[in-house]
Amino acid sequence: MSVIYLLLTISIVIAVFFFVVFILSVKSGQFDDTYTPSVRMLFDDELVKEKDQVQKTTSKNKDE
Amino acid sequence: MTDVSACFHCGDPCEADAIVFDKKNFCCNGCKIVFEIFSENDLSGYYDLQNFPGASPKELEGKYDFLDNSAIADKLLEFNDGGAQIITLYIPHIHCSSCIWVLENLNKLDRNIKASQVDFPKKTVRVTFNSEGISLKQIACLLGKIGYAPYISLDDFQTEKIKKDRSIIYKLGIAGFAFGNVMFLSFPEYFEVNEFWLDQYKSTFRWLMFAFSLPVFFYSASGYFIAAFKGLRAKILNIDVPLALGILVLFVRSTFEIVFDIGSGFFDSLTGLVFFLLLGKYFQQKTYGFLSFERDYKSYFPIAVTRINKNGREEAVQVNEIKKGDRLLIRNDELIPVDSILLKGKARIDYSFVTGEIEPVEKESGEKIFAGGKQVSGSIEIDTLKPVSQSYLTQLWSNQVFDSNKENSFTSLTNTISKYFTISILSIAASATTYWLFVQPALAMNVFTAILIIACPCALAMSAPFALGNMLRIFGKLKFYVKNDQAIERLAKADTLIFDKTGTITANNKSLVTYEGTTLNKAEKSLLKSTLRTSGHPLSRILYSHLNGCELVKLSDVEEVVGEGIKAKFNDQQIKIGSASFVNAENIQNNLQTAVHIRLNKDYKGSFLFQNKYREGLSELFKELAPEYQLAILSGDNNGEAANLKKILPLKTSLLFQQTPEEKLNYIRQLQQDSYRVVMVGDGLNDAGALKQSDVGIAISENVNVFSPACDAILEAGKFKELHKYIKVAKGAMTIIKISIAISFLYNIVGLYFAVTGQLSPVVAAILMPLSSISVVLFTTLMTNLISQKLN
Repeated sequence: MSVIYLLLTISIVIAVFFFVVFILSVKSGQFDDTYTPSVRMLFDDELVKEKDQVQKTTSKNKDE
Repeated sequence: MTDVSACFHCGDPCEADAIVFDKKNFCCNGCKIVFEIFSENDLSGYYDLQNFPGASPKELEGKYDFLDNSAIADKLLEFNDGGAQIITLYIPHIHCSSCIWVLENLNKLDRNIKASQVDFPKKTVRVTFNSEGISLKQIACLLGKIGYAPYISLDDFQTEKIKKDRSIIYKLGIAGFAFGNVMFLSFPEYFEVNEFWLDQYKSTFRWLMFAFSLPVFFYSASGYFIAAFKGLRAKILNIDVPLALGILVLFVRSTFEIVFDIGSGFFDSLTGLVFFLLLGKYFQQKTYGFLSFERDYKSYFPIAVTRINKNGREEAVQVNEIKKGDRLLIRNDELIPVDSILLKGKARIDYSFVTGEIEPVEKESGEKIFAGGKQVSGSIEIDTLKPVSQSYLTQLWSNQVFDSNKENSFTSLTNTISKYFTISILSIAASATTYWLFVQPALAMNVFTAILIIACPCALAMSAPFALGNMLRIFGKLKFYVKNDQAIERLAKADTLIFDKTGTITANNKSLVTYEGTTLNKAEKSLLKSTLRTSGHPLSRILYSHLNGCELVKLSDVEEVVGEGIKAKFNDQQIKIGSASFVNAENIQNNLQTAVHIRLNKDYKGSFLFQNKYREGLSELFKELAPEYQLAILSGDNNGEAANLKKILPLKTSLLFQQTPEEKLNYIRQLQQDSYRVVMVGDGLNDAGALKQSDVGIAISENVNVFSPACDAILEAGKFKELHKYIKVAKGAMTIIKISIAISFLYNIVGLYFAVTGQLSPVVAAILMPLSSISVVLFTTLMTNLISQKLN
């Protein structure tokens, strides 16, 4: 078998792979909101903080 | 004057008695509490991202009680299984990155909230929580407490969650994917015709191209076949007919060519054509996630109200389940959902939503109250006369105008041209084929298909989507949110403009204040202002902001009598502000105007009179419009302002007062029957019918995050005076489309020369088609940007 068939198969498999990934990402809703993630990305550093203080206030909120 | 500093939380000016906490100024206790909550929970980063991001929390007492009703809560939940519940809440206050940050950190405020995710364009937050630890009501209250009160309306409740339609992205993705690959595979054949290796693998390449174009033909292009079929069935030659014909011929001829090994076919042109067409379609869809153009009364109505059952207990009841004879408790600032009779309490009902009347109406017990009004002075009890669906206000929506669709009855410029285009292409194809049948019969079929392929009006079909799609984006940036491309086209064609009065040409909450009576000295003014500060009544707020440059003093014994007035003491002085009866001034002659009376100690001082204030530039706008358009004002209000309006508006403007919602609708329908094309500019629910009936309904909105009725466009109030410019630009866009269509005709003529003479090779088609599309896209985009420059 000529090598061109092999090359064609490989190239098409790769192309189809990326195509399927694209369809799946649309399906999962990644393109529904294209703004918020761009802002969220900038918060990541501040989000990681000690959570030990959380405990004391939860009881307070329940009084509502 | 005391130092006026901005509240650290919400940015409002805090005066005299600012609350100082942690060396920061706060305008009210609410803001301070929010700050405390955030700082205790390590969330003070909220204030680093943006200055004054917050809103002062509003009174929540009882507001979310209905969420304790599990039937209601269940229906609102998106997902509900054991320890995990998910709900999406709409929060109008979301406006900056601080909002996103704090709302996505809700889990720090309560550990039963597992996660929260903000969708900024839609202004929603999706909260995942454990209902064993925290109830839905507690979440709503928690959000309310930090100044992000969620808005829950009947709309959330009734409509099934609409599934997102992403098919256009799939179709576009498939077409783009196939286009790229087919182009790649067909490239060798464009130039190397008789090369040994190429000949060897030719059929493999061709069948691969065929495989790639199958999903394009059957899936991506399916919309065009359906639209063409629908058009033909309705006996209309819309633009989809020649498009579908072109796509069909491209596919059949190409398949035929490769099956019989005649040539390589036009799969590259086929996939490219579909890709560009879908690109245009995608581009013209500009959606504003946070706006809705389809709202009806359901968006205004609450989900539930408080019913007093036979045992005298209060319970939350769904609005739809209210039956005749139910006794309801309406709290301050709540909407009255049903036609009813007042049983207990003093009602002051704000009908501005429904009738356009600004001044609240007072009702005594035993009087009838219509649905849609808002109670503005304390709690009342009412007895239901008719359920929600049969009330006076909701009946308007049963008018058949709400079932018709403007989009279907309008023929766009493209479709008008398409009719002649299709006919002329078919006749060219027929005559050229007949000619070749006599000269060289073998070529006849080739010429026939070639004409249909090259004449496929791709560039023509793309002119309007790109020009209007770009216009939609430009208008959106300038706070004029148009529903779709067709609305711009209709706007350009209009010849009549109708305006509502209250809230449309007058500014809500903005009045001209004049004072009549004994002049007040500085001390008296500051006493007055300090007293007004304590009141939340709309008139107090207007008067408060009207009196500037006064010092604030500390009062004692402030007492507000809801719906009547306020009294307060300062040292040995007593001040009373409010209605004529409240300040014991019944003898003062009472004209129709809204007034606030003042009594200091024993002396009657005078009254502040409130007048409608017209929007800035109103008179100029009408003068500009007058030569070109027929103008009218339809108001639900009384004719107290008629003389004033006549003075400032051009003579030819018709003025009609005391119009019911139905009368407004019928007035517009009458004009349309006399073949006028009408633009209605309105705001409240009372204009909903007229907005829907008109060719273009434009809703004026002080704040686009707040609701506006169903319409074709939403214009931010501040841009009202620019309306004429917007219409002019819309007209300019139509001219651009016409020029662009002329350009696409030139390409078609060049292509037809190749086709008629029987020399259309795939490479010519593959060059002409994208070239014409790209030049049309470039032309329309550049030109629309150019003409809209004068808007800035």
